[in-house]
Amino acid sequence: MNFDSYNPENFYDEFFLESGKPRPEVEKLVNRINSFGKSDLSTRRRSANSAFKQMGITFGVYGDNKGLEKIFPFDIIPRIVNAHDWDLIERGVKQRVHALNLFIQDIYNDKKIVKDGILRNEFILSSVAYRKECEGLTPPKNIWCHVSGIDLVRDHDGQFYVLEDNLRCPSGVSYVLGNRRVMKQTWPAVFEALPIRPVEDYAGRLAETLRYLIPESILKPNIGILTPGIYNSAYFEHSFLAQQMGEELVEGQDLVVMDDVVYMRTTKGFERIHAIYRRIDDEFLDPTVFNPDSLLGVPGIMKSYRKGKVAMANAPGAGIADDKAIYAFVPEIIKYYTGEDAILPNVPTYVCEDEKQRQHVIDNIENFVVKTAHGSGGYGMLIGPFSTKKEQKDMIDNILREPRNYIGQPVIQLSRVPVMVKDHFEGRHVDLRPYVLYGKDIYVLPGGLTRVALKKDSLVVNSSQGGGSKDTWVLEEEIIKTDRPSDV
Amino acid sequence: MLSRVANSLYWMNRYLERVENTARLIESQLHMLLDLPSMRQDPNAWKPLVDITGDYKYFSEKFESYDRENVIYFHTFDKNYPHSITSCITAARENARSVREIIPSEMWENINNLYLDILEPGSSLRASSAPHKFYFNIKMSCHLIQGIAYSTMAHGEAWNFSELGRLLERADKTSRILDVKYFIILPRSDFVGSSLDSVQWTALLKSTSSLEMYRKRFNLISSKNIVDFLIFDREFPRSIRYCIHHAERAFFNISGTPFGVYDTDLARQFGKLMGKLNYSYVDEVMGIGLHQFLDEIQSDLNNVSSVIHDNFFAVKPVSELDQSGVQTQ
Repeated sequence: MNFDSYNPENFYDEFFLESGKPRPEVEKLVNRINSFGKSDLSTRRRSANSAFKQMGITFGVYGDNKGLEKIFPFDIIPRIVNAHDWDLIERGVKQRVHALNLFIQDIYNDKKIVKDGILRNEFILSSVAYRKECEGLTPPKNIWCHVSGIDLVRDHDGQFYVLEDNLRCPSGVSYVLGNRRVMKQTWPAVFEALPIRPVEDYAGRLAETLRYLIPESILKPNIGILTPGIYNSAYFEHSFLAQQMGEELVEGQDLVVMDDVVYMRTTKGFERIHAIYRRIDDEFLDPTVFNPDSLLGVPGIMKSYRKGKVAMANAPGAGIADDKAIYAFVPEIIKYYTGEDAILPNVPTYVCEDEKQRQHVIDNIENFVVKTAHGSGGYGMLIGPFSTKKEQKDMIDNILREPRNYIGQPVIQLSRVPVMVKDHFEGRHVDLRPYVLYGKDIYVLPGGLTRVALKKDSLVVNSSQGGGSKDTWVLEEEIIKTDRPSDV
Repeated sequence: MLSRVANSLYWMNRYLERVENTARLIESQLHMLLDLPSMRQDPNAWKPLVDITGDYKYFSEKFESYDRENVIYFHTFDKNYPHSITSCITAARENARSVREIIPSEMWENINNLYLDILEPGSSLRASSAPHKFYFNIKMSCHLIQGIAYSTMAHGEAWNFSELGRLLERADKTSRILDVKYFIILPRSDFVGSSLDSVQWTALLKSTSSLEMYRKRFNLISSKNIVDFLIFDREFPRSIRYCIHHAERAFFNISGTPFGVYDTDLARQFGKLMGKLNYSYVDEVMGIGLHQFLDEIQSDLNNVSSVIHDNFFAVKPVSELDQSGVQTQ
């Protein structure tokens, strides 16, 4: 199998400048693959797949009562990001997370951004993710979004855009780590030959991020990862992170609040817990404050949090910053709080709450992507060019009924990466989610999750919608073009 | 350690032990029938394997006869029967999944493999076309998982809860197998020394993996020695005394109190049970009646299990205690 017949077509291809002409950073890999025998690559693919299955790296799909757990489809051809692009991404997402954190602190406290007329108060208050309960609150060390995932895409000209901010419970980092583990087994020689930046220390950094929230006077603090349980789609990740960090994986039923202090139920009685990395949405966190039917949460935990007896990451209320309608204003938010222009631009976004912008979306719906302001996982979105007239009409009805809850974006021709399809390679669209930790300083994991739409021509990369993943290799330095094809 | 985690470790190991025992039981039955051509025609040849479970009612409602296929299906693939190999592996895996971050990765991977194997569509075909290999493999997987745990897991609290689960389950299984099989073979005692008889006694020992070790200690097969060996042997790791003795040690390791200080309810339960096993001997047991003795042991085991549950797994906050008045311990 080789790349001779591979055609990048009319897209930005992450591997090829044009047919037969690889980009410098992928050249070694392409040469290596071209030198393989026919069955070599499929053997590697098979062994990679069985490694995933054996390790039980799975995700759950809601509404599928039979499967319950699935292997996240994986393509063994990596996505490679050169040092120059990575530098831009790193600076861009750091700036963004820094500004968003200031924004969240501001809107729950002084609301300067409203007073200065940048955003309307009702616009903020009407967000489903706004938490009245967090007004007047300043979390430990002023940090709201400890863990975020910023979704990036590339257009046909190679320009990076931010597509979405995920500041609630972004998942997927375990696949970054799992993919890397499998890839090291699959391509050991390539790893030796390329300066690929390691992702291994993510869990350690996450542990430090959480430790930073606990007063230093507590010498042996307890940290827990709060999971909804083994039936949650991201359960594998929760337990994986707990294992890697060496911290407790807890469920709501394991915790109890007494005198505003949170305790774990242990075999030796009750033990205090100091910080919680919660992988449960705000709504389910505390039935006495939010959704009263929640069985996943911990009654009384919000009161304990407000009193500063327990730290939580991400802070309740931080989700306001990944409201997709507020997303539209992030470039202004960056400018307002930092005085800088955004390093990474937004995808042009039309907020349907605004009458003029709404009309534009409705008039051009066949060329637009329409999303709900609070959706995730690719549920409830419309991709104009791939939709039926009926779907478009239903979407317009939805927009008119609830304009605040919808945004429209012109379709971006996402960049492509080759994937293995039977006995040859074809281009498939990808995005990239770098993971950002906000602790003592802001850290961007040099890697991130590359999601790939495995269906031909599809632009939806979500795992719940038939997407798969690739390992993302961030290179340490510029690759000097080499003429020796066999040195890998 | 979190109570929920301890609970999962305990049950994960109980289920795995149950799987191993069931696989061995079927395997030894298959071997025995190969040596007993006359018995192969007996419509009730497989019935003892149902008797051991005590779940006649479930079986007779679902199956018409005690033939080999039905009993094997019941013990191996019946998803509705909670003690079938399939159900137990599934439950062990669910528990393992909820404590993945606690147990060694290789342990989880092998439990997961065992599960994927048994659920794979071809597994029932493998079981009928090459049953010896099929059950042998299950048994070996269980040994492998246990071995990984033994040699790669810190022998701390998590390990001790695992041991507690495994040993209590094993004691229970040994007592059940002995109880049922003994009384099936006994009426034929007038054949003492006949080949039929010794094949069956041998099968009983094999079904508890104890034939070779038994031979080293007693050489000759006799019903009394077998009872002595399976209940009282100090060194054989499947004898009831050995299991309880080591379960008790695991308990003292967990509680952190010095061995032999019986100041909690659970310690006392263990102490009583150990006393029974330490101060009884085989002639006495045969005098009282083996069945009655084993019955007492089983009910003591049940008590121990329920005290473990209240003590470690169902920790209640003070406010809940106030409501119920007393804590049941």
